[in-house]
Amino acid sequence: MKRTLIIGATSAIAEATARRLAGRGDALYLVARNSERLGAIAADLGVRGSAHVGFEVLDVNQMEQHEAMLQRAQASLGGLDAALIAHGTLSDQQACEASVPLTLGELTTNALSVVSLLTLLANRFAQQRAGTLAVISSVAGDRGRRSNYVYGSAKALVTAFLSGLRQRMRPFGVAVVTIKPGFVDTPMTAAFKKGLLWAQPDTVAAGIVRAMDNKRGTVYLPRFWWAIMLIIRAIPERIFARLSL
Amino acid sequence: MTVAADAMRARVVSSWGNVIRAPHAIYTLRTRQDRFPQLTGAATVLPFGNGRSYGDSCLNVGGALLQTRGLDHFIHFDRATGRLACEAGVLLSDILPIALAAGWFLPVVPGTAFVTVGGAIANDVHGKNHHRAGTFGCHVCRFELLRSNGERLICAPDAHVRWFEATIGGLGLTGVVTWAELQLRRIAGPWMDLETIRFGSVAEFFGLCAASDRDFEYTVAWIDCLARGKRLGRGLLQRANHAGPDGAPRQVVSELVHARRKMVPFVPPVSLINSLSLRAFNTLYYHWQRAPQRRSVQDFRRFFFPLDAILHWNRLYGPRGFYQYQCVVPNEVARDATRELLATIASSGLGSFLAVLKRFGSGRSPGMLSFPMEGVTLALDFPNSGAGIDRLFTRLDAIVAGAHGRVYPAKDGRMPASLFRSGFPRWREFEQYIDPAMSSSFWRRVMQHA
Repeated sequence: MKRTLIIGATSAIAEATARRLAGRGDALYLVARNSERLGAIAADLGVRGSAHVGFEVLDVNQMEQHEAMLQRAQASLGGLDAALIAHGTLSDQQACEASVPLTLGELTTNALSVVSLLTLLANRFAQQRAGTLAVISSVAGDRGRRSNYVYGSAKALVTAFLSGLRQRMRPFGVAVVTIKPGFVDTPMTAAFKKGLLWAQPDTVAAGIVRAMDNKRGTVYLPRFWWAIMLIIRAIPERIFARLSL
Repeated sequence: MTVAADAMRARVVSSWGNVIRAPHAIYTLRTRQDRFPQLTGAATVLPFGNGRSYGDSCLNVGGALLQTRGLDHFIHFDRATGRLACEAGVLLSDILPIALAAGWFLPVVPGTAFVTVGGAIANDVHGKNHHRAGTFGCHVCRFELLRSNGERLICAPDAHVRWFEATIGGLGLTGVVTWAELQLRRIAGPWMDLETIRFGSVAEFFGLCAASDRDFEYTVAWIDCLARGKRLGRGLLQRANHAGPDGAPRQVVSELVHARRKMVPFVPPVSLINSLSLRAFNTLYYHWQRAPQRRSVQDFRRFFFPLDAILHWNRLYGPRGFYQYQCVVPNEVARDATRELLATIASSGLGSFLAVLKRFGSGRSPGMLSFPMEGVTLALDFPNSGAGIDRLFTRLDAIVAGAHGRVYPAKDGRMPASLFRSGFPRWREFEQYIDPAMSSSFWRRVMQHA
């Protein structure tokens, strides 16, 4: 039985992942903003077989609360084996372009709060010389595009931070897993028209559990996004600047 | 960015039979606490679960659908008493592994596990144990009904009784069920003790049934729907009980649940089910088993849900889709009516791989519009082949009406209004409980003045 902390536990991908962990009996500590939904999800995971489900309501942007939350999680689970950071907001790009506070707010939610959590968690895991840190970044972080570069640059920060952290944590036997989902059919993306490239949350969740179990470094989910992003990254900037992706 | 829970978008939706494909405005419930959506543009809405109804009872062409699959949370499971509460969009296939791991099973399962709890209630589904357990609705302890005016009614056999009776088998028209509590039944394990017996005629089927229903919890017969003359009504009767605890080790449950499924990957340009493939299959299937009687142990999925092993099997019927005709006729006239139905189908040369015959028991369902009644039920799929099929259905309708029987709305896409009204005489009583914001293609069809 593993003891896993999940931040952003009401997100569709996090919930699908939690269901898979609960199904095999893992203990879970869930953190999210919406208490009603959090309670419903916790009860559900209990029925699905989780050995223990603790939860608390927290807005991750209250970063001064992070340390206390981690202490409560640790106490509730009697230790921490893994953490999955899955919270995020899909920024409204056009609104951000017109508003500095909105842009900075999005960067805070999607990047800085993650940095805060990772810093605290990494120190704990280094001390216990074990643990798995998994974070949901995004293919959007691989290259800034005009359609969502605020969200993308936040994810780029997270991806770069994780890659450095992975090097630092290696001697301690702590795994750092960067998860880069492509398009996922969730409430967050409800407003988009869906095509062939879209994956279901449970498909992505299966990949997340596999990557965490196998302590992988970076995974694209579904895997074909690796090839797509290879091409996107290879386009020379002078040509890329003319594209409207 | 947050998206309103009742965000509306249009999408083409079809039912399991694939005969009708039509755009619907789509509303979505994401949590059981969500408010009933404000309808903009569309006049009426219909709850939509997993879309396994065959005809038009889960469609609302020209109106909107209210998706409930997002309501997929378990709420409570008492492993000591077998009481399970869950949201209405939970699939039976999600309940079974959890129930089995604790030594419980659903008291009634239909032929597919890919239906939602809400759908099972709205159609008051039945299974191979109807003669013992009655319908799904007989095992519903209570549920919440959300009405379009925002009212939430907790309905039970002793609370809001009329709403309870109207909603069970109520085709989603009384409001939307947000969650339900079910009473599960104890079992020893996932295995079934199964006997398969060959019979040569309708008369033999009735004799065999009478003998089997006493000692076996589950009975169902497959019929060779193309056999005529002396062979009319020949088939194979399956009768089974849950196997004892020594059936198999426990870890097998998870293997069963996670077994890979096959899939029909695309819709072939024409139906692969035609008179040639049909005759070959039926003759082969009947003779496959050499001995007149065979005992075996089977896992529950193969026994209850054989077709669930092939995802999207409905695509085999091609782009025009298919109809299912399921009727029930009362016991007094069952022999003659069944013989007449089978003779009519056999002489038409149309029919399906899986023609099913089953005796319903006397257990009464709480639902006003519940389909099962004491008697014998026959179910067959037919490729949508146009005028020929209409003529056949009209002849079958006449036999069913003459026998004072009824046709199953969950399977139906074409029965005339008169047949619905004669089969379901409580429709007038039911009508008072229809939510003013709700309607369906099926309901408008059977309410037309014939």
